[in-house]
Amino acid sequence: MKNTFTPDGPTQIEIFRRMALLKGNDERSRKVVTAGRLVMPYYSYRGQEVIPAASFVSLTDQDYLCTIYRGIHDMLAKGLPLKDLWAEIAGREPGTCKGKGGPMHLTYPKRGVMVTTGVVGSSMPIANGLAWASQLSKDGRVAVATFGDGASNIGAFHESLNLASVWKLPTIFLCQNNGYGEHTKYEKATSAKQVADRAIGYNMPGVRVNGNDPFEMYSAFREAVERARAGEGPTLIEAMTFRFNGHVFGDNDAYMDPAEKKAAMEADPYPAFRKKLVESGVATEAQLAEIEAKVEADLDEAVNFALEAPFADLKEVMTDVYGDVA
Amino acid sequence: MSEQKPAQATILQSLNQAFADAMEEDEKVVMLGEDVADPEGGGVTGATKGLSTRFGEHRCRSTPITEQAIVGAAIGASLAGYKPIAEIMLMNFTTVAMDMIFNHAAKLRYMSGGQTNVPIVIRTMTGAGFGTAGQHSDFLEAWFAHAAGLKVVAPSTAEDAYGLMRAAIDDPDPVIFVENMPIYWTPMPAPKKGHRTPIGKARIAAPGDDITIVTYSGMTHRTLGALEAMKAAGVSAEVIDLRSIQPWDQEAVFNSVEKTGRCMTVHEAVKPFGVGAEIAATVAERFHGKLKAPIERVASPFAPVPFAKPLETAFVPDSQRIAETAIRLVKGK
Repeated sequence: MKNTFTPDGPTQIEIFRRMALLKGNDERSRKVVTAGRLVMPYYSYRGQEVIPAASFVSLTDQDYLCTIYRGIHDMLAKGLPLKDLWAEIAGREPGTCKGKGGPMHLTYPKRGVMVTTGVVGSSMPIANGLAWASQLSKDGRVAVATFGDGASNIGAFHESLNLASVWKLPTIFLCQNNGYGEHTKYEKATSAKQVADRAIGYNMPGVRVNGNDPFEMYSAFREAVERARAGEGPTLIEAMTFRFNGHVFGDNDAYMDPAEKKAAMEADPYPAFRKKLVESGVATEAQLAEIEAKVEADLDEAVNFALEAPFADLKEVMTDVYGDVA
Repeated sequence: MSEQKPAQATILQSLNQAFADAMEEDEKVVMLGEDVADPEGGGVTGATKGLSTRFGEHRCRSTPITEQAIVGAAIGASLAGYKPIAEIMLMNFTTVAMDMIFNHAAKLRYMSGGQTNVPIVIRTMTGAGFGTAGQHSDFLEAWFAHAAGLKVVAPSTAEDAYGLMRAAIDDPDPVIFVENMPIYWTPMPAPKKGHRTPIGKARIAAPGDDITIVTYSGMTHRTLGALEAMKAAGVSAEVIDLRSIQPWDQEAVFNSVEKTGRCMTVHEAVKPFGVGAEIAATVAERFHGKLKAPIERVASPFAPVPFAKPLETAFVPDSQRIAETAIRLVKGK
């Protein structure tokens, strides 16, 4: 398939920067959890970095994102600041949600991170509402719902895609197909040969792309953004990828085929894209090394900031349940 | 001199007026639900009639039959600054959207540390009396009242239908608005334009001295209908129409029980784990040792709502049962 859009040099470097940030953040998260410095449920996204990194360069801070518990890569790629993120996943007061949401409910409206849900499929109905608001306001914003292949089997998927199509909403349904819904392989759980095929039933474009290829991902997502902004309605994108660390960090992967996992890890898109950037002359080795060093330095700062920050006052248990009535 | 008769309106008309006034005043107020726009009839009971014609189908929008997507769309639009009124035609159908209501609408303010809030109204009708049986008649208010982050209101009069709807639209949090179908079409004193009934404030529907009867929604009328029989037996009951279930007006109930020394609750929802149980427990905690009689709960039996007319009629508490219970509590027989 020929790509409709190609990222220019600076955009390619920006995609790489986001990939480096996401990869570095995942590696650091697992390290900090493994070392016992932080206790949290962690759903590693390592291996899926290309999808939001190459997609969200086509979004603005005003565009909306509804993501899921395995969505920290989505949020970082959308611009959620590292220090705010770490303070939240550490449950501390300066976190985005004062430590009341945690890693599965990060929220940061300043960069359009509107909802993070811990319920499979539930990013989609809410993204439609944000898209409806854009349609009412005519402000050109798009709403992105990310979810996994497992979520394409839950009712919320069906209701949301149908409504988005009937109402011609500027919603982009971005399915990150990593081959497993929790512990169950795609083939055992999903009747459709591919998730993208399901779009036919909703009379909307459905495209399957290699979610580990920054060029394919960039092109497909940008096409969906342009359609949405032009008032032409929603798109379903199925981005093929693989999660390197199982469902929840610490599970023993016994349900995974070791050969499949080994092959996927050998095809890690991160070093591949890095090599390509240098070989094509878009970036120098030194430039990329500098980006990576900056990520590590930012992570050092964010982790230290978070782990030294105080927890919220215990009165926070009972605040934000209801707002003040005017 | 001819007596000026006060203007009359039904609950349905008053709700329609509340929608129209709110949409007129604030373009961020939008409506969505099954068949709510005029081409689809303006709602199955006509509650939203005229709104799409007047304000446009983009602001009063009919949806597919898709409860989860309806509530999700309302939540999302509210996060972007709109004030959606979502109609879930019947209260039993809210169960299809429970994840959106309970895990998302109720909790997003808290889980986001107050960065976002969900100012939506979910209006839904219910009640036995039309032979709609087990899946179209249930009162599920206790389910929602049990969820931190939600508010629940259930008016019994046209004035409060209008006033609570306006207050619910103004409210910064999700409000479940329970409408009782059998009292939709009864003419009552009409609301004044712009009137607000504060959420969380009860009203004394009838003053009395011997027993406090706490009720809401359609059961308010059945309780008022029992007063004559009570009076004949020498029992003076104070009837409190809660209007709001979450939060409920403890102060009004406490003040009344302080005076009467007796308390009973009346609701159409089934008895176990119901709103009556919460009120009874709270009153017992406060008045332990001071009550002149046990607190009793009049409610529907613990069964689905039956279809056949005699069974359905027997299922729902009636004025006679309410009167007998109150008289027994006061007179001891």
